[in-house]
Order: sequence, then structure tokens, then C-alpha cells
Amino acid sequence: MKRFVLRRLGYAALTLILLSLTIFLFVRVTGDPTVLLVEPGASRADIEALRHDLGLDRSLFVQYLGFVKDVIRGDFGRSFYYRTPVLELYLSRLPNSLLLAAAAMAFSLLIGIPSGIIAAVRVNGWWDSAGKIFALLGLSMPSFWVGLLLILFFSVYLGWLPSSGSGTVWHVLMPAFALGWYFAAAHMRLTRSSMLEVLGSEYVKLARLKGLPEALVISKHAFKNALIPVMTLAGINLVLMVNVAIVVETVFAWPGIGRLIYEGISFRDFPVVQATVLMNGAMVIVVSLMVDILYAVVDPRIRYER
Amino acid sequence: MSASTTAAPSAPSRAVGLPLASRLAAFRTEGFPTIPIVILLVLVFTAVFAEFIAPHNPEVGSLSQRFKPPAWVAGGSSAYLLGTDHIGRDVLSRLIFGARVSMIVGFTAVIFAGVLGTALGILSGYFGGWVDQVIMRITDTWLALPALTFAIFLAAIVGPSEWNIVIILGAVYWTRYARVIRGEVLSIKERDFVRLAIVAGCSKMTIMRRHVLPNVLNSAIVLATLMLGVVIVTEAALSFLGVGVPPPKPAWGLMLADGKKGLMAGYWWLTVFPGVCIVLMVLSANLLGDWLRVKLDPQLRQL
Repeated sequence: MKRFVLRRLGYAALTLILLSLTIFLFVRVTGDPTVLLVEPGASRADIEALRHDLGLDRSLFVQYLGFVKDVIRGDFGRSFYYRTPVLELYLSRLPNSLLLAAAAMAFSLLIGIPSGIIAAVRVNGWWDSAGKIFALLGLSMPSFWVGLLLILFFSVYLGWLPSSGSGTVWHVLMPAFALGWYFAAAHMRLTRSSMLEVLGSEYVKLARLKGLPEALVISKHAFKNALIPVMTLAGINLVLMVNVAIVVETVFAWPGIGRLIYEGISFRDFPVVQATVLMNGAMVIVVSLMVDILYAVVDPRIRYER
Repeated sequence: MSASTTAAPSAPSRAVGLPLASRLAAFRTEGFPTIPIVILLVLVFTAVFAEFIAPHNPEVGSLSQRFKPPAWVAGGSSAYLLGTDHIGRDVLSRLIFGARVSMIVGFTAVIFAGVLGTALGILSGYFGGWVDQVIMRITDTWLALPALTFAIFLAAIVGPSEWNIVIILGAVYWTRYARVIRGEVLSIKERDFVRLAIVAGCSKMTIMRRHVLPNVLNSAIVLATLMLGVVIVTEAALSFLGVGVPPPKPAWGLMLADGKKGLMAGYWWLTVFPGVCIVLMVLSANLLGDWLRVKLDPQLRQL
């Protein structure tokens, strides 16, 4: 077990280093940000001074080492555009992103789990087919289009909900729905197949043989066990949501991390892009590391693989 | 993980008298995917013959004709069947030429990613050792970055152009193929026909090309079909954000971005029609991919 955890930690650390190197190199290829920062008529000396200030005149390797050293100390540099520390910017946007992701997750589970259970219990019935069509649509409709349609219907025609911004509960509803839509379909599919597997198992057969009412068999014996893989996926998806929210946040002008990345890219704001993409990638790495270790704790067979 | 994979074998095959939905579902897993293929063929036909079908120039509009509603709505004209956009361009013509952009970007990106990923997957799986380690560590790193974030990130770096998008999508999605293909190669290389080829003195290149590649081709084709939908949605998202296909080219994602300008005024046709096109294409590709997966590659059903 110890060896397994150590090896996984090693892999995660290596992936993190490769990630930081990849991002760093890609960002440096983007072009010179000083051109965007100085006034149009600035002299060559001014530009050079600014480049020196930002550390852009040093060699790539020195810049990378400096970058890693700073990151370890929690210093992601200053935003070129906002002129504030990037970490502050990131942390100020993070609650909004998490709020949106949590709302979208709640929505996707509320839709996905019950419909998945019904589809599994009434397998090959009408409900199951409707569920399949819902899942297919969920996976085929881009979230930003769903968002635009929602604005069209609820803001423009009915005038019930605000089309952009944040602050009240009403602002969260539409972005959460648009973002959760895709994941609801994914959760439904997993709940269904996981329920089907559990319903075919020996202990469910035994529960039925004991003469327990079907509702109790499903709710008490089958559902609890079927929920484990769904909750695992939901955990990973929560992290993914923060990431895929870029387009939805842009549609609804929601001030989260996704918009921060988008702004960083449009303003050529190196430190912001670097930090947000790195933090988001790191989040994914850490969560999948945790899932791997948790699984190994639960299932000893995994520890001895590879 | 597909909804179709766990369907009990007793599923009624195209039984008459069932509700439409369940007949459609049975059709989906067991029958030939006629409707998706027809939709895809129509889209391919539109893309190829766009010049002859489109009633107007997709990139030129007249400001006097801006925000015309579709022909069947009051105020619409039969000259512009699906209405016009914010600078008076014909929506129908832009949709028709947009099919071409989506097709070109979608197909080339999927093929590019497929060739790269399959080649690296075979190398990784067949050679093992440090080659495998290097390729798989890179794959892990690239998979850790969520596809959309990564694509937007790369798009911002190389700048918007139709061909840059192809390269970006290929660069982002090859890892999907590499992972799956490597796994398959690991089991194929232990099979007797590969051992025989080694004994017979075939070079490693020959074995990979003649004996391993044909055996992973089915999986690569299934993956490519399933990736087509993903790639088209990503392209639309990039174009929508303004880092994809540059204006005034008629890409569906770009049309949605333009449509947002008329959204609050209630010009719904600018938002509804391009989205319907995207969904039709993605849905067809997904249905075709699901069917191919069941037909060609039972091992991939778990995907």
C-alpha cells in the first residue's frame, strides 16, 4: 500500500512538473506582452525598461526556475492588466466558480440520479427510451447554446430571469442549468448502468427472495451500492465543471475563473493565464490522485496492479 | 458507459406497436443508423456544393436588409428564407457555407489526431520501456488539462485561423487515441501471430505496420467517429469565444456569437438555427459512432 501511494505521488509530482513546463513554454511562445502594455508612442528605451521590470529579458531557463520558485512560495506574479497579484485575482473569482459548479452539480444529480434509477428499474420500457434520448441530447447539445436558448426564453420572452451578471439566486439558475445539462446526461447514464449491475447481483436476489417489497429492495439494497461509482464520477466532474465553465461564464458574464482565463487570453495577460491554467490542471491532478488512492484503500486488488 | 451497452439481450428488435421512443431506441442499437447517415450525407452534400445551393453570398450583406426575420414570420421576405443577421447577411447561405467549415475542420482534425495518436499509441505499446514511459507521461500531462481549457489556451497562442484550429484540435485530442490504442497493442503483441512474425525475422517496423496496425484500425475508426462530435462542439465553442475560425467566415459557432448581439432584442433565428445545425451534426456523428462501436469493436463497449 505504502509503495503504491508513493508511486502514485511520484507520478502526480512528475505530471505537475511537466504541466508547469508545458504551460510555461506555450505561454512564452505567445509573443511579447510589452507591446500591448506600453503607450503607442513609447520609446525603445521605455519598452526595454518595462521588459527588464517584468523579467522578460532573461533566458527562458532562468525565467522558468524563477517561475517555479515563486509558485512554490504561492506567488504567481502580478497581473499585467489589473496590476494586482494573480493569486488575489484567482481567489476572488474562485468562490463564484465553486458556487456555479456546486449549483450545476446539484442540478445534474437531481435530474441524473432519479432518471437513471427509473430507467434501470423499467429497463427497455418507455422511461428507459426517453432517458436514452435525453442522454443523447445532453451529450450533443453544446452548453453555451443551451445557455443562449435559456436567455432567449426566460429573459427575453418571459422576462423572468436576469440574462447576465451575478449576485442573487436568480442569477445562478440559468448558468447552472446550462452547465449541469451535459453532466446530468452523464450521471444518468452511469446511474442506470450501475443500478442494472447491482439489480442483477446475488444480494438483491436474496432480498427479493426474503419477500421484501420491491420499493425497499430498490431504495435500500440496490440504490446505496449503485451510488458509489456515481458519487466518484460526480467528484471528478465537479473539478471538470470549474474548467468547462469558460464558455458558459462568457455567455452569462459570470465572474468566475473561466472568465478570468478568457480575459487573460484576450489581454495577453501572461501571469493570469499561466496561473489559472496551472491551478486548474493541478486541481485535476490532485483530485484524480485522491480518487486513485481512495480506490486502492477500498479495493486491495488495485494496489498490486502494474 | 453508453446507455446502450447494458441493454438486456431480450430487447425487442424493432417490435411493431411499441411507443415511438422505444422503437427509435431499439433501432439505434440494433438497426442500421439510417437517419444519422442520411443527415451526415445531406450535410456533406451541402458542404461540397455550397456555391450552387446557397442563394446569397455568405460574407456580404446589405445594411438595409439587417435583422430580417425568417420568411414565414411577419416582416420576412422569401428572398431570405431564414432571415438575415446584424449586417444583413443571409442566414441560410451562411449556414450552408458553415457546413463546409465544420466538415473541413471536423474531419481533418479527427484524422490528424487519429493518425498522431494511433502512431504514438502503437509505438508506446509495442516498444514499451522508456519510449512507453515518455509517451505515456506526456499523455497523462495533456489529459490532466481539460480539453476546452487547453484548446482555448493554444488557440490564444497561435491566433485564429481555420487551419490553426485543426492543428489545435489535433494537438488536444490525440491523447484519447494514444491511450486506447496502447492498451490494445499491449495485448496484441502477446498474440501468436506477432510472435510468429518475430520468429520469421520481420523487422519491428514491418510488424507494427503489417500485423499490429490492421488490428487496431477498427478501434481507431470507432474512436474517430465518436470524436467527430466532440471536435465539432469544441470548434464551435472556440469560434464562439472569438479564438476559433476568424470572421467573416461563416462558421456556426461564429454565427452564434454574432447572434448574441441580437439576442436581447429577440432576434431568435440568429441563435436557434446555427445551434440546430450543430446539434444535428453532433447527434448524427454520436449515433453513427455508437452503432459502429457495437458492430466493429465489442471491446470498446465499455468506453
